[in-house]
Amino acid sequence: MPHDHPHSHDEGAVHSHEGMSPSGHPYRADNDTPLTYWQVMEIAIRELLIEKGHTDAAEITRQIDRMDARSPADGARLVARAWHDPAFRERLLADGSAACREMDLDIGPMHLIAVENSEAVHNLVVCTLCSCYPRNLLGLPPDWYKTRAYRSRAVREPRAVLREFGVDLPGDTTVRVHDSTADMRYVVIPARPRGTEGWSETELAALVTRDSMIGTGLPRQP
Amino acid sequence: MTEPEQKTDPIPESLAAGRRWHDMGGDISGDGGGPIPREGHDYALWEKRIDALMVLCGEKGLMTVDGLRRVLEDMGPESFETMGYYERWIASVNQNLLEGGVYTTEELGTRMEAVARRGASYGEAAGG
Repeated sequence: MPHDHPHSHDEGAVHSHEGMSPSGHPYRADNDTPLTYWQVMEIAIRELLIEKGHTDAAEITRQIDRMDARSPADGARLVARAWHDPAFRERLLADGSAACREMDLDIGPMHLIAVENSEAVHNLVVCTLCSCYPRNLLGLPPDWYKTRAYRSRAVREPRAVLREFGVDLPGDTTVRVHDSTADMRYVVIPARPRGTEGWSETELAALVTRDSMIGTGLPRQP
Repeated sequence: MTEPEQKTDPIPESLAAGRRWHDMGGDISGDGGGPIPREGHDYALWEKRIDALMVLCGEKGLMTVDGLRRVLEDMGPESFETMGYYERWIASVNQNLLEGGVYTTEELGTRMEAVARRGASYGEAAGG
């Protein structure tokens, strides 16, 4: 597939990705942009699958709706419950998938491991091999999670990566980096912010950000 | 002896060490060492549809996640630069479904030609 945009291909040159997606493509936000080869392939495959009776348009729409319904708000509810309920926290750390199902979070067959931050330990999640992410809990991953730079550097220089995201940890904090796989997804349970004693789960959930559950961020402060 | 000035290392360290291209962890040579691009985008309908097709094909036993990854990993490092994320996915889904005999290359080719004739935009081509 040739590029449909100007792009330097000098051997070994560093590409400028300014204004481009992490993979070097311009964004295509709307459906009225020029049709691409791969979009044609998607339409063709979808139609063939429907015609051959493997699926139908309604089922595809339902699957998109299910995925759209998942968002970091689900993870935030999970974290807030863990902050609020010590017994639930124990169950979450012991078996993340079971704890999600206990809250009626539709995580499918995903095997989830919850790792907890404290004053002494900070956890960071990456997928060096591809883009494995707790998508059934947090929704689809942000683009930066899939970039070469994040995948390469997170396991090599995590403190520098964290500083880039605005998280400057004390030197004596232990940093643990978790490399996800297709079979095992991690979610970070950030440390509960001080000054939130007596808060309700709903109030606590509002402090939990997506990045705080990946480990590249900290929860909001009250 | 003068060596030509080298802008960047054309061969990532991990490849030189015999690792496969997708195994990026720790390789901060070249692009891998730069700042993490933080701009994002909302997924377009065609991307969501590809995601949904992959999930449904998996649930129905037409292909596996391992099969998806096998083809993605075989695409090589160029694909990471020249194709978008879901473009790589639909290429892999297609290869898996062809191998599984779900449809033939001829069926796909004929349908793609028909789709492309419907219009110049995704909306027009998908609405036919």
